[in-house]
Amino acid sequence: MKRLLTIVALLLGVCGLLAYTSHTLTTSSGSTGAKVLNLYNWGDYIDPQLLTKFQKETGYHVNVETFDSNEAMFTKLKQGGTHYDLTVPSDYMVSKLKQAHLLQPIDRSRLTGLTNYDPMFLNKSYDPGNTYSLPYFWGTLGIIYNDRFVKPGSLTHWSQLWSPKYRDQIMLIDSARDILGMALAEQGHSMNTTNPATLRAATHKLNALSPNVKAVVADEIKMYMIQDEAAVAVDWSGEAAEMLSHNRHLHYVVPSEGSNLWIDNLVIPKSAQHYTAIYAFLNFMSRPDNAAQNAEYIGYATPNRRAKALLPKTLRNDRQFYPTRQTTRHLQIYRDLSPNVVQTYNDRYLEFKMHH
Amino acid sequence: MTNRKNWGYFLPYGLWLVLFVIAPVALIVYQSFFNLDHQLPLNNYATYFQSGVYLKMTANSIWYALLITLFTGIISYPTAYVLHQLKHRQFWLLLVILPTWINILLKAYAFIGIFSQAGMANNFLRFIGIGPHQLLFTNASFIFVATYIQIPFMILPIYNALDDLNPAYVNASLDLGATRWQTFRRVIFPLTLPGVKAGVQAVFIPSLSLFMLTRLIGGNKVITLGTAIEEHFLTTMNWGMGSTIGVILILAMIIVMQLTNDHDQPGGFPR
Repeated sequence: MKRLLTIVALLLGVCGLLAYTSHTLTTSSGSTGAKVLNLYNWGDYIDPQLLTKFQKETGYHVNVETFDSNEAMFTKLKQGGTHYDLTVPSDYMVSKLKQAHLLQPIDRSRLTGLTNYDPMFLNKSYDPGNTYSLPYFWGTLGIIYNDRFVKPGSLTHWSQLWSPKYRDQIMLIDSARDILGMALAEQGHSMNTTNPATLRAATHKLNALSPNVKAVVADEIKMYMIQDEAAVAVDWSGEAAEMLSHNRHLHYVVPSEGSNLWIDNLVIPKSAQHYTAIYAFLNFMSRPDNAAQNAEYIGYATPNRRAKALLPKTLRNDRQFYPTRQTTRHLQIYRDLSPNVVQTYNDRYLEFKMHH
Repeated sequence: MTNRKNWGYFLPYGLWLVLFVIAPVALIVYQSFFNLDHQLPLNNYATYFQSGVYLKMTANSIWYALLITLFTGIISYPTAYVLHQLKHRQFWLLLVILPTWINILLKAYAFIGIFSQAGMANNFLRFIGIGPHQLLFTNASFIFVATYIQIPFMILPIYNALDDLNPAYVNASLDLGATRWQTFRRVIFPLTLPGVKAGVQAVFIPSLSLFMLTRLIGGNKVITLGTAIEEHFLTTMNWGMGSTIGVILILAMIIVMQLTNDHDQPGGFPR
């Protein structure tokens, strides 16, 4: 009986410990103290020096927590128990969060830097009138190639990827929307199509690409391209910027016939508490000097036109990351599709991955 | 009093069973009845069994799991047999177990380094003059790495079964005129079969749903059910369908357990 009691006591102890851990875990998801700002951001998506500068200027300490996908962030916000003051969803996720009533409108009267933004990145379909969001960074989907295997300037269109000369040479980013979107753009369709026949046609087109596909991978693409493992890759501009900084043989091109334009945005979740800090931060980040510093650090394109003007000329005029108006006109933002359509995209994509 | 006492001792295990085995499985089964529109129960199952993609994926998973189990078995049995006869066998056994202490992700990345164009394997191929080959992202490399990772889980039960084998049987068989091969085939192998079965259970089931390796080593050219589950939970947020595939994997597991179940004394399942 004594041993039994010990076991039960031990078990209760373990339960207590678990409860305590769970308690500390939930409370650490955003501190509730006074002089803080809880930022829920992508990993390595802000210059840490800016956070120090912000604290020095305003006295607010920024707690940063990170996520690695829009969906993971959505799930966490939806489950509640968090105290995030700001988070950074991509375009389609802004409308999804909005529909799930997880966002608060931004009080525009408290913003001071709104005029710094390029109107091209404001008032987009995912958030008309920017009621809930402010653009943070933007980028594209495109082709990265290595000039040791591909003649510089010879690869500028999606359709060229299907050429037999790239047999077993192409790496694709593992993302249903982007890869099907690429096939749709190649065929001149909307990257937001919900038409099953169009999607089927795009899948057939993709299946035809199979012999050229070396692998469908995620973050590892950067490592492979830097190590000259493959000649060509399809990936996002932000990833491309990092690859280019490590291997000077790499080039990035956004096909002029159309591609994806993505915009990451700052939004205020329902759970926010520190409003003074939030607006101080939004205004701090929209200041041209800060936005420029951040853009230089992250390597993504800034939607802040006055910040862009402050960037070094080589960066500012880099057509790879700030494409011409001509190309920009054909860029499409992903719309938040209904769950069933998202499912169809993923099923078709799975079909492509299974095709040999 | 004795009854109560027994019940009391069952309490910790019972709690564990309910909290961490029964409840999660019940939740998965429950989730699997809901599709995106919260329609009819069994809708997900209908989708699953009517979809060529899922059926092909299932066939793929089973095929690769079989191959992995087969290769693991072919390598593990002789290894366990030799290990068992060595002098410092505990030490050699430790060397077999050692790799399992290292995270699977790290091992996968190590293989990326070995198999890549500029990697060790290709350097060796260049050295012996048969040029660099595409090693990563092939079915062969996927099976190779998966087998490497599973080997310890096959060796251990076989080794234990060999340990349990009474040497007197072997000596008797040899004394009574059986050749070494006959002794192995008629005495040693049948008596250690429970160990092999335990090994098959320990290797086949996890192999069915490998998913990190399919991307890292297979470059998503090998697609298994694990890939689909990951996608349903992380991208499409269709937890119902993900759970459905989970339930199907559980059923597959039960079938494999039944097929390999041994009603006699099992060879041991050290883990």
